Amino acid sequence: MTAEGTSPEILFWVGCAGSFDDRAQRITRAFATILQAAEISFAILGNEESCTGDPARRAGNEFLFQMSALQNIEVLNRYEIKKIVTACPHCFNTLKNEYPALGGNYEVIHHTQFLQELIDQGRLKLKEGGTFKGKKITYHDSCYMGRINGVYEAPRSVLAQLDADLVEMKRSRKNGLCCGAGGAQMWKEDEPGDKRINTERVEEALGTGAEAIVANCPFCITMLNDGVTAKEKQESVMVYDLSEMIVNNLQ
Amino acid sequence: MIQQIIFIIVAAAALGYAARQFLRVRRNILLGQDEATTGDPGARWSNVLLVAFGQKKMFKRWIPAVFHFFIYAAFLITQIELIEIFIDGIFGVHRFFASGLGGFYTFVISFIEILSLLAFVATIIFLARRNALKLPRFHKPEMKGWPKLDGNLILIFELILLVGIFSMNGADMVLQSRGVEHYSDTGNLAVSSWLGPALFGGLSDGTLVAVERFGWWLHLIMVFVFLNYLPKSKHLHIVLAFPNTYFARLRPRGEMENMPEIMNEVKSMMGLGDDTGEADLSMEEELPEFGANDVFTMSWKNVLGAYACTECGRCTAVCPANITGKKLSPRKIMMDIRDRAEEIGQRLDSGNKEFARDPEQPLSKENYEDGKSLFDYISREEIHACTTCNACVEACPVLINPLEPILKMRRYEILTESAGPSDWLPMFNSIENQGAAWAMNIDREQWTRE
Ligand code: SF4
Ligand code: SF4
Repeated sequence: MTAEGTSPEILFWVGCAGSFDDRAQRITRAFATILQAAEISFAILGNEESCTGDPARRAGNEFLFQMSALQNIEVLNRYEIKKIVTACPHCFNTLKNEYPALGGNYEVIHHTQFLQELIDQGRLKLKEGGTFKGKKITYHDSCYMGRINGVYEAPRSVLAQLDADLVEMKRSRKNGLCCGAGGAQMWKEDEPGDKRINTERVEEALGTGAEAIVANCPFCITMLNDGVTAKEKQESVMVYDLSEMIVNNLQ
Repeated sequence: MIQQIIFIIVAAAALGYAARQFLRVRRNILLGQDEATTGDPGARWSNVLLVAFGQKKMFKRWIPAVFHFFIYAAFLITQIELIEIFIDGIFGVHRFFASGLGGFYTFVISFIEILSLLAFVATIIFLARRNALKLPRFHKPEMKGWPKLDGNLILIFELILLVGIFSMNGADMVLQSRGVEHYSDTGNLAVSSWLGPALFGGLSDGTLVAVERFGWWLHLIMVFVFLNYLPKSKHLHIVLAFPNTYFARLRPRGEMENMPEIMNEVKSMMGLGDDTGEADLSMEEELPEFGANDVFTMSWKNVLGAYACTECGRCTAVCPANITGKKLSPRKIMMDIRDRAEEIGQRLDSGNKEFARDPEQPLSKENYEDGKSLFDYISREEIHACTTCNACVEACPVLINPLEPILKMRRYEILTESAGPSDWLPMFNSIENQGAAWAMNIDREQWTRE
């Protein structure tokens, strides 16, 4: 980013999970591959990117959130960033809804929305009848894209391109059940209870008979993976990010 | 004449006492902090119309929504009849509007009767649902004791009130048909024209007059009981749902309220300051409090929400933490805020100097300290279990936001008390020192090198 003289179309905000988590790195690579296939010129901030501050803020640590956010805004404004795409709903929400009050105003879109745009504009060509043709899949709405930001249809319309048999869980869209990671739960042990939230959710997903559970959030994916493994279904049921479903089907 | 005097005394006493109670509720709500109401008033009114009047959110589940609507519509529309009852009561007349309005009167009262009959059926179904059907959301720990009794009492009151209406109208119908003087022609009322003769047809004129008066007074007394019961009950929502939907937040759900004091402090620390002089958080002053640990530090809108809560448990039924057996229940959070506000209100009313911060000064919102806080009602375990999923916010039929108080209490815990789950410390440290949510020994561009 620093070196380029040209200004790229869009900034790809990778986020902490996408940068550091093994599983989420695969999503990051998948999405980057798609961007290249669609001939989108994009930049990343690399080591100049910091945590958006979402987990700190939701834990209640406003000082830390402000420190992280103001530092990011300084960097983003210095590079005169206008448009940001991210594969993380938490980064998306914080960048889009929380940074404006701190002086950071950008057009922020989530990768599910961006994928839909690219497909609609014909910039992304998919193979006819890919790996998932005719197979049962189910889609898990993350809280931060779904209920909190009202994005329900974009990911579904992208999935529709795969000719798969999308089976909805009973709790979907507005009524989608959380995976259990949000609100900084990812970083702590559960409070005492009867079961883990991801177990509850995975039981519901397995109940649809789907061979793949598709999500749009690296945290959901970790949670769902753990749940599937706990049910010893990891051989038969895969958990994918939307971008991984698409990258397999690129022409 | 005596009836008129009794009526005026009873009405004045009931209305006066109710007014006092409603003012107390208002005072308790305003124990919370000021919060400006910004955003488009048009959007606010549309919330009032759609969500409060139109009960839009109730219609996510059709069956209870329809029955609830019967009771609600009957309640609204009987207020018209109440106007007549007041005029009749004060001036000692009978069915003041009947002769003047003619057929229209028959229509209005018939309409009320039909709705009342539907409400009667709905009330019985709701009583059965609450007590016979084991709907989990009505049997959570926070619904033991008073809240359970409250839910049943109000339904029983409703039944008694409806019995009053039908005795009054039914006896009246029979008296009219016998041409008894004083009972002016109302036309054939939709329900009591058959129910009246069926129930009271065999009674003497004298008994019928007594039944009619009994029904009239019963109806009236129940209205007064209801009015004075409301401020203590979850049924306050029939009033407060309206302001609560008006004042509900319009900003994006995903935006946590910004804290400008902290933002400015951090800006000046980072040398980004819009340096407007004074550093707000200088050490000379009393240590500042952030977040909320009590009704006083919540926004008045949070307290309004607590008083508007219907205790329906729709929030709790969809809460992922509650579903998986954690102690957190968003309904309980709202009920606890109301209980705490009530406690503070009662102690303020007691005038007991024991609760004054400075015993020299009169007890007031500013001069109050009883050694308790919301943390005596809501445990740490509860607020730590929330995933901020917003399911409770989405579910609430009257647009209460139970998540906001939870997050304010988390802020209090971390910022004011420097407490909170120790699990979070490594995350805080690595964000602070490495700008990453996990302490990592790889850099952010590692994924590009493969
Ligand atoms: S936001 Fe918190 S309290 Fe509300 S439903 Fe989700 S986990 Fe429960
Ligand atoms: S907060 Fe709303 S959804 Fe929850 S119990 Fe109260 S009224 Fe019902």
